[in-house]
Amino acid sequence: MTWDIHDIQKWSWRKHPLGGVIEDPGNSSKFKTGGWRTFRPVRNALNCNQCLICYIYCPDSSIIVEDGNVTGINYDFCKGCGICATECPRDAIEMKDEGEETDKQNK
Amino acid sequence: MVVTKNTVALIGTDAVAEAMRQINPDVVAAYPITPQTAIVETFSQMAADGIVKTNFVAVESEHSAMSAAIGAAAAGGRVMTCTSSQGLGFMWELLYIASGLRLPIVMPNVNRALSAPINIHCDHSDSMGARDSGWIQLFSENAQEAYDNTLQATRIAEHPDILLPVMVQLDGFIISHAVDRLELIHDDIAREFVGELHPAYSLLNSSKPASVGNFDSLYGYFFEFKQQQEEGMRNALQVIQEVGKEFGKATGRSYGLFEPVGMDDAEIAIIALGSACGTVRSEIECMREAGIPIGMIKLRSFRPFPAAELVRVLEGVKVVAVMDRSDSFAGGMGGPVFMELRSALYDMPNKPQVINYIYGLGGRDLSIELTQKVINDLEEIAGGKEVQQKVNYLGLREGEE
Ligand code: SF4
Ligand code: SF4
Repeated sequence: MTWDIHDIQKWSWRKHPLGGVIEDPGNSSKFKTGGWRTFRPVRNALNCNQCLICYIYCPDSSIIVEDGNVTGINYDFCKGCGICATECPRDAIEMKDEGEETDKQNK
Repeated sequence: MVVTKNTVALIGTDAVAEAMRQINPDVVAAYPITPQTAIVETFSQMAADGIVKTNFVAVESEHSAMSAAIGAAAAGGRVMTCTSSQGLGFMWELLYIASGLRLPIVMPNVNRALSAPINIHCDHSDSMGARDSGWIQLFSENAQEAYDNTLQATRIAEHPDILLPVMVQLDGFIISHAVDRLELIHDDIAREFVGELHPAYSLLNSSKPASVGNFDSLYGYFFEFKQQQEEGMRNALQVIQEVGKEFGKATGRSYGLFEPVGMDDAEIAIIALGSACGTVRSEIECMREAGIPIGMIKLRSFRPFPAAELVRVLEGVKVVAVMDRSDSFAGGMGGPVFMELRSALYDMPNKPQVINYIYGLGGRDLSIELTQKVINDLEEIAGGKEVQQKVNYLGLREGEE
């Protein structure tokens, strides 16, 4: 990636590429969308049989898979849509209130 | 080089199709609507016959026409479409996307009234509604200008200081369907003038990928992009004149932001758009022969609006009539050209009086008699008579109640 946008907030209107075109691909990974979440999927590894259905269904590629196994959920990008929880045949994923989960984390 | 003249008799739609043939765009996506249909018909035949290399996309609506045009332009193609009236209305949300993405799409728009009541004839209410959509708007007086403007529009739209879409306006039926005498440019000259498109990016260029149509609102630079569009419009004031001069060198027909007729010593003046200028021009010539100091401004570029240039040319004029072929339904504020001209003149120290004539809605003719009435009113006001009514409806039936 070559497009340096670290100080984009300070840019003059003249500096932006015309029409909002981004000529430097792949930088959407810098744009963390997890903050949009109101419910958080929490996976219980004990109930999981590694069928990978959640991984296939997740529209945000937020199910983390390592060596063929689900190891976690990427909360930087998970938008909390709940598809994984609905599709999981083992009810291994529960949607929890994001606010309460954040409070717990911050304690 | 000795170039023989190529004088032809064509209806306006065929004149535009001829310009499109010479431009030879990569993609044309269009849907027919009266009175624009003949452009699409003629051009799609050219595409089917292999006369142009254009990929003609017969879409299912104007909404799709503009969507396809946007996609093709983002892919780096030279792209055109054309429309009219309700068709332009149906394109609405896409108009803003084309200009916001800075895509140099060229679109002849055959001016026609908007329903209701259903009316297929000429007025300017369709394109006036698109006034604030970020498109450049050039108006044509006759088939010659519709042809010339279409060729120039490509150059203007694609200029690196502009990169904005351009609408070429031609009056429905009056220009689109009347046979007119015009000079066509030789293909070589036309192609050299139009030149090649060098897009800044292309969605099809995998070695230099780009992302177009991105979501902005979280980081919030929308305002900055709108300022860039406004700058493009300001640059267009200059570029339209440069391209018009260059066109003059190639063809003998120069163009500016507007055409002043007899304005050097005019005390009264009429400003108009489109085919009405033909009628007004002939009346003005008669009046000048009779010694009346009258002039005309034929406004060619409505977007951008050449405010400073108009102020300069109206210096010393006592009273000016603005002819509007659409109403803005503002409850007495007059038509769009009237409002904008008055706004442009506000800071002028010795500004002329400005009165408005809304005329020709739904295709009602602007007759010689009506034009003479305007000139009589102007003479009386210049002679000291008080303005009775600032906004007048010219040719409106006001008989029995
Ligand atoms: S909640 Fe939605 S976005 Fe988040 S991991 Fe599950 S499927 Fe993906
Ligand atoms: S769908 Fe459920 S069981 Fe299957 S891998 Fe995902 S969490 Fe485990």
